Amino acid sequence: MDANELLIWARGPGFDIALTIFVVGMLLRLLEVLALGKKPDLSAPRGSGPEGAVRTLIARTLPRKTVFDKEPLRIINGYVLHIGFFIVLFLYGPHIAFFESFLGFGWPALPSGIVDAISAITILSLIAALVFRMNNNVMRFLSTPGDYIAWAVTLLPVLTGYLAYNHLLLPYTLMLALHLLSVELLLVVAPFTKLTHMFSFAMARWYQGYQAGRRGVES
Amino acid sequence: MSAPSVEKGIQFIKGQIDAPVASFFSACVHCGLCAEACLFFTETGDPKYTPINKVEPMRRIWESEFTLFGKLKSMLGMGEKVDEATFAEWETLVYDGCTLCGRCSLVCPVGNDISGMIRKVREGFAAAGHAPEGLIGASTRAVEIGSPMGVKLPAVKAQIKHLQQDTGLDAPLDVKGAEYMVLLSSMEIMNFPEYLEAIARIMKQAGKTWTIASKAFEATNSGIQIGVSDIAKVLVSRIVDAAEELGVKTVISPECGHAFTAIRWDGANLIGRPYNFEVKHILEVLDEFVEQGLIKTEGKEDAKVTYHDPCQIARKGGVVKQPRNLLNKIANNFVEMEDGGEMNWCCGGGGGVSANERADEVKLTAFNKKKSQLQALGVDTLVTACANCRLTLEEGLEENEMDMPIVGLTEMLAEYLVEDKKEEA
Repeated sequence: MDANELLIWARGPGFDIALTIFVVGMLLRLLEVLALGKKPDLSAPRGSGPEGAVRTLIARTLPRKTVFDKEPLRIINGYVLHIGFFIVLFLYGPHIAFFESFLGFGWPALPSGIVDAISAITILSLIAALVFRMNNNVMRFLSTPGDYIAWAVTLLPVLTGYLAYNHLLLPYTLMLALHLLSVELLLVVAPFTKLTHMFSFAMARWYQGYQAGRRGVES
Repeated sequence: MSAPSVEKGIQFIKGQIDAPVASFFSACVHCGLCAEACLFFTETGDPKYTPINKVEPMRRIWESEFTLFGKLKSMLGMGEKVDEATFAEWETLVYDGCTLCGRCSLVCPVGNDISGMIRKVREGFAAAGHAPEGLIGASTRAVEIGSPMGVKLPAVKAQIKHLQQDTGLDAPLDVKGAEYMVLLSSMEIMNFPEYLEAIARIMKQAGKTWTIASKAFEATNSGIQIGVSDIAKVLVSRIVDAAEELGVKTVISPECGHAFTAIRWDGANLIGRPYNFEVKHILEVLDEFVEQGLIKTEGKEDAKVTYHDPCQIARKGGVVKQPRNLLNKIANNFVEMEDGGEMNWCCGGGGGVSANERADEVKLTAFNKKKSQLQALGVDTLVTACANCRLTLEEGLEENEMDMPIVGLTEMLAEYLVEDKKEEA
């Protein structure tokens, strides 16, 4: 199998398989959560649960001062990493074209040069995240192999994309094929690692916010 | 109840895992920020106190029992086990190293209610026979005698008699149809009788009917702290039965943090039905009285005062603005502690820690947070609204040779009632 054939496989059947595993796996993980259900709260409410849930869903995106003051770099890096990743994923022209082929509609792209710079920043931010994880005693203590696997499968698509765009290290076709394969690896691995947080964070915030809203407490 | 065992512990933890808990474990990214919110971590620097680590046994059970991937791992012998050693190792983290203060839950970026999970996991630890002696003793006394400190009705009656003799005020027992039923904490009966006197004065001026139920004067609930819902239910039922028997409109939770959580939020769920009466914290009631002009104050405290928010009342109970409204009425120089309000730092003795002698040392280490907060403020008087916080703070201040009076907000308010001033004049 040469680079062209690899690319064709990665674009076609490879991607379909990976996407299927991602969708089915994620649905399974989320249904596993929801299936457990929740007993109704019989205490007299002081406020609205749904209002609290929506508030927490949005508000928790920002850090509280008390923790931000202690760990500003880790928290800022978290934003850079997430925002960078989303810009590269959703605002790069060829990615939008790819989504358009599925969805039937597209959206405006950022100039490639800017996305290129942002992907470089995202790579640096991911490396910083690893350095934090290995050097902070709490993070090191909490870390499991799953954390490092999740880190690696997140880095690879950004890194291979950057290398492919800049024609570095390997011939373009091969690097592009590796880029797609790394995306597929991410899709396959995501449902079975902490990367489930891409969806479950909303449930977690909802549940905590709902209870807080009912009780009329901050969340 | 059957004898405690590891199997029972695991069963109980399984029984506590619902969709919220599963969503929390699925969302955790091991960012470690919860540690920065936890005074047991900040004051010891030991990462084992990272809040999410305290529920690791629960996470293992969730993964192996409620996820397909985890079940596969277990079948292949790769799952992480929960056994006797796990319970033994985590026991001190779950009970001694957590006051259920809830700061961690408010800083978690993905929104995990970690302290809620620690409360739940305690059910399993108690069932596995891994609860601290101090809390077992308190719970046993609460069920058998009626109070975790072993206080009986005659002690309450003696206090009422003192009140009648010293002030001419009354604290009526078992009055049917009274508007308010006042609950007390053991500590208020034994250590802080000022509270009852303050209530008697305030109720008199507000012109409200109130009563103390001889069958249910005790508000505290060790079952909530140790994590035994059966015990918590027995203790809450006493209050519910008494309130419904007397036909009161509102039950007033005293200056005690976890008692408010127990009766206000957990109670109806423990007995399996909503109440026929309202539950309010005393500070909510006082703030209403002031708002409605039922009680009037005169004069103000000149000393520099600050307010220590009891976690269960502020962060978890939503009673935040009321103490500030009240303090601003009666104090000229009220200053906020750093992070005051919803994000206030715990005294270190909540969640059953103060009833657990084994935790005395770590509790005093945790107190260093409050110590540095108080030193930074340089206040003359510390006001709070929880007898347990008050005792923990008094102990911490004494240990650190810091001389500072600590007063309950209710009694402080009572001192500035207009009527009392006139009577004294």
